[in-house]
Amino acid sequence: MVEQIIEKVCLGQRIDEQEAVDLYRRAGFHELGQLASLKRFKENPEPVVTYVIDRNINYTNVCISGCKFCAYYCAPESEEGFVLSFEELGRKIKETKALGGTQILLQGGLHPGLSLDFYEDMLRFIKSFDIHCHGFSPPEIVHFAKLSGLSVKEVLKRLISAGLDSIPGGGAEILVDNVRKQIAPRKANSAEWLNVMETAHKLGLRTTATMMFGHLESLEDRIQHLSKLRHLQDKTGGFTAFIPWPFQPGNTAINCRPATAHEYLKMLAISRIFLDNFQNIQASWVTQGYKVAQMALFFGANDFGSTMIEENVVAAAGVSHRLSEEEIRRHIREAGFHPRQRLMDYSLAMQTSV
Amino acid sequence: MAESLIIEESIKREGLSDIYEKVMKGERLSKDDGIRLYETSDLCSLGFLANKVREKKNGQYTYYIYNQHINYSNVCTNLCKFCAFGKEKGKPGAYCMTIEEIVAKIEERLDEPIREVHIVGGIHPELPYSYYIDMLKEIKRVRPDIHIQAFTCVEIAHIAKMGGKSIEEALLELKEAGLGSIPGGGAEVFSPRIRQRLCPEKLPGDHWLEVAKTAHRLGLKSNATMLYGHIETIEERVEHMMALREAQDETNGFMCFIPLAFHPKNTALEDVAPTSGVDDIKNIAVSRLLLDNFPHIKAYWVMLGPKVAQLALSFGADDMDGTVLEEKITHMAGGETSQALSNREIEYLITSAGRVPVERDTLYNVVKVVSH
Repeated sequence: MVEQIIEKVCLGQRIDEQEAVDLYRRAGFHELGQLASLKRFKENPEPVVTYVIDRNINYTNVCISGCKFCAYYCAPESEEGFVLSFEELGRKIKETKALGGTQILLQGGLHPGLSLDFYEDMLRFIKSFDIHCHGFSPPEIVHFAKLSGLSVKEVLKRLISAGLDSIPGGGAEILVDNVRKQIAPRKANSAEWLNVMETAHKLGLRTTATMMFGHLESLEDRIQHLSKLRHLQDKTGGFTAFIPWPFQPGNTAINCRPATAHEYLKMLAISRIFLDNFQNIQASWVTQGYKVAQMALFFGANDFGSTMIEENVVAAAGVSHRLSEEEIRRHIREAGFHPRQRLMDYSLAMQTSV
Repeated sequence: MAESLIIEESIKREGLSDIYEKVMKGERLSKDDGIRLYETSDLCSLGFLANKVREKKNGQYTYYIYNQHINYSNVCTNLCKFCAFGKEKGKPGAYCMTIEEIVAKIEERLDEPIREVHIVGGIHPELPYSYYIDMLKEIKRVRPDIHIQAFTCVEIAHIAKMGGKSIEEALLELKEAGLGSIPGGGAEVFSPRIRQRLCPEKLPGDHWLEVAKTAHRLGLKSNATMLYGHIETIEERVEHMMALREAQDETNGFMCFIPLAFHPKNTALEDVAPTSGVDDIKNIAVSRLLLDNFPHIKAYWVMLGPKVAQLALSFGADDMDGTVLEEKITHMAGGETSQALSNREIEYLITSAGRVPVERDTLYNVVKVVSH
């Protein structure tokens, strides 16, 4: 049974959802890793592991979504809410560029009082620094559409003309509405999330995709999530990478044990095996620490993510790891791979000699 | 014998088929095999092989112990370069607990079902022989049922010297006073080159082995460690393991091998980078494969962190050590793990890795198998 699934994967055939569930449950841990490595090297034959130098900038923490898994947001009436000034934003971008950064990852809460003009102005301001802007996850785009009364397509067009370069895959959580109703009832539903990505891809934007797992979802839910992504990728080919994150329950309204490193590596491997049309899978040192991220390179990951010059959301859940570019390069080398700085679209940055 | 086609093919590609054959037949691996295993970049195949041996020896059982750590003094004349714990007598931060203070530590936790007290300290230039004997007797007086695992081979040699006794005499008297077994510390890396450079004052490697073997002959079980990730070579690691394997062939007194990741912070070797996750895992796997006469390999979570320790359970380790309150030696060197994991947290890590948690006593007798 499981042998047949393994053979299918070895032969380069696509596996279905049930086969992915069986593989997760029945294959040996090392076999899963080996299969994932096989796929990883088929997609990316060189023993290269990429990373990006960027900074997470959260333009506001005010959010009307109130997701149960989030330790970062503030309700609109809270005194701790902020909206980042352009002055502060400019300072952060200059710092990022000084550190060799190539992009800004711009995300924020669903603020009830900011107009689309504000976001357009912000984008134009950011682009005046000549830096790639990877911004606004699908729930933000859906929120902008609702507030402005425009269609998602119209909103995306306006943001693109103001300078938006690509869209991060956040807010996907688990793309199964039964789960979303429990953990994020006010957030864009799965069809809305996928629609933003499809529309963005059709307008020429590349995007990433994420999954936040290890809370209330079942294994079948996770596989369904992967299946929806694979289906959309077949249609558009617009996803550059997939990034699975284990949920960090600290300071949140969900009381559960976090997924362990063992489960993380299994889920990462299954993602690599199932998502046969995704070229890049990212390891999450931010949630797992660098040692587990190094192990992830043997379970399907070919990217070490970002240096995260600034990270606020995971840190709010009580998990804080920090790495400099030099440390990231060392960790990749120590694991037996060649480190290469990349851009958002996974093309390699001009190499400095390190 | 087709265990797993994908693994077998990968092993063949890596040129490790001969080692695979040996492991499947239960044959002993050579020094050269050990070096080749360290050098492989095929981590999953290495893990597969180590796991074969692990499951043959211990099945799905994964052990932990409810224990209490006491570091009675950090005063030390050795001042090894890799240590952030030892202090010269009289220097700021140096401390030495009185017997009364040690007893108070034991009495504080009498209501907990602690199985073992684990005692390690520095090489104190002045504490008399009687201090150590009294410590054991007093602990036994207030908690007669507890197993005392105390004093590394390095301390034993020092204690004997302080008492003007032979190693054998000292061990017999310590045993009489309540010593139950000996921890594995102080082995570091046996290579004279390493000891000359990092810990010239410390008991030489061959003496360490002699103390351990003497203890075994007197009926005291012990453990063995290796401190890796500083200036040692792969060959020196493998030679260290080969020396332990040879000693074990003679006496069969070692219970467990514990690879210890070097933590550079606050030591004289601060420029050395901390170990990688891959190296941590390789040390577990290679030791499981080379030390065919050691029943257990421990993933000491205090040094590895709970995440890597959990992964180690799939790469050859079958023991997580214990709950460990008040550990000082790793934490002085910047170890960022918390001071204690509860039994339930340890059990969760074990079951989540697909294994069966087993609470043990020091000598690996089963206290209880935790079923879920």
